[in-house]
Amino acid sequence: MKYIAEIDVMPREELLDPQGKTVALNMKHVGVAGVADVRIGKHIRMVIEAADESEARQKVETACDKLLANVIMETYTYTLQLLDE
Amino acid sequence: MKFGVVVFPGSNCDDDMVHVLGTVMGCEVKKLWHKDTDLGNLSTQDCIVLPGGFSYGDYLRAGAIARFSPIMQSVINFAKAGGYVWGICNGFQILCEAGLLPGILLPNEQQKFICKNVWIRIESLQSPLTATLSAGEALKIPIAHAEGRYYADKATIDQLEVNGQILFRYCDANGHITPQSNPNGSLHHIAGICNANRNVVGMMPHPERCAEEILGNTDGRKLFKSLLATTRLTV
Repeated sequence: MKYIAEIDVMPREELLDPQGKTVALNMKHVGVAGVADVRIGKHIRMVIEAADESEARQKVETACDKLLANVIMETYTYTLQLLDE
Repeated sequence: MKFGVVVFPGSNCDDDMVHVLGTVMGCEVKKLWHKDTDLGNLSTQDCIVLPGGFSYGDYLRAGAIARFSPIMQSVINFAKAGGYVWGICNGFQILCEAGLLPGILLPNEQQKFICKNVWIRIESLQSPLTATLSAGEALKIPIAHAEGRYYADKATIDQLEVNGQILFRYCDANGHITPQSNPNGSLHHIAGICNANRNVVGMMPHPERCAEEILGNTDGRKLFKSLLATTRLTV
């Protein structure tokens, strides 16, 4: 079975995100007012072969915990969907 | 003491390090290729250096992918057996990602790549790199990084402070810790730390770039001298 995982990795709330801060400060140059906060993370799409959903989840979580996110500085969330063949 | 300098795809301070260790300090040094797992004739009396650069293009996070390269499993075992491991700049980032040092290096506060001379103060003499220096002494060493803002949770930072594991802090030319002397927003001005066993050291500044008279600055050489002197092999 093939699954598609859509993973979001975000800098932890308590940490300064200089990229997001710079973007927020420059929104006025785009003519967009009222932007209170911007935080920038990563979106990762991963196609996985797995016997069932539970195995697919295990693979995604191992990949996130070991490589895709560093839990000292980031948090992650994901959704999993069965791919139509 | 013999040295091994690991070369990852994207390392760019490996030749400088080999030059300083071999030509300037007169030590036996060889390169270690990231795809190998064999450390050759290095024993735990020797030192493995993870040099600066942009291993794997800094993809995902600086050091995140290099940490899983074949040589790193051998480096982790070597460190756990008591061998000396010294990570500089990208090497420090790799050691943090590998869990050999606590904490992580975040993007600089100003979201800029910073390349300039900075001053760092010797905070603890309890490491082979600093043992022969004076506490409070300020050294001028260049930095060159985009991700150098040291961060760890409060409990970890407290532990580093109590155990004297903070080896270097960013300071001004007189050794004073001022807000202006912190180039990247590092917590507690941290520029370099060691592990609890003091055999693994990570630092953002580049001592290999200031170890010769011809370069106009030899402050970096003091760290090499200390390392060799403490491990009881003179230059």
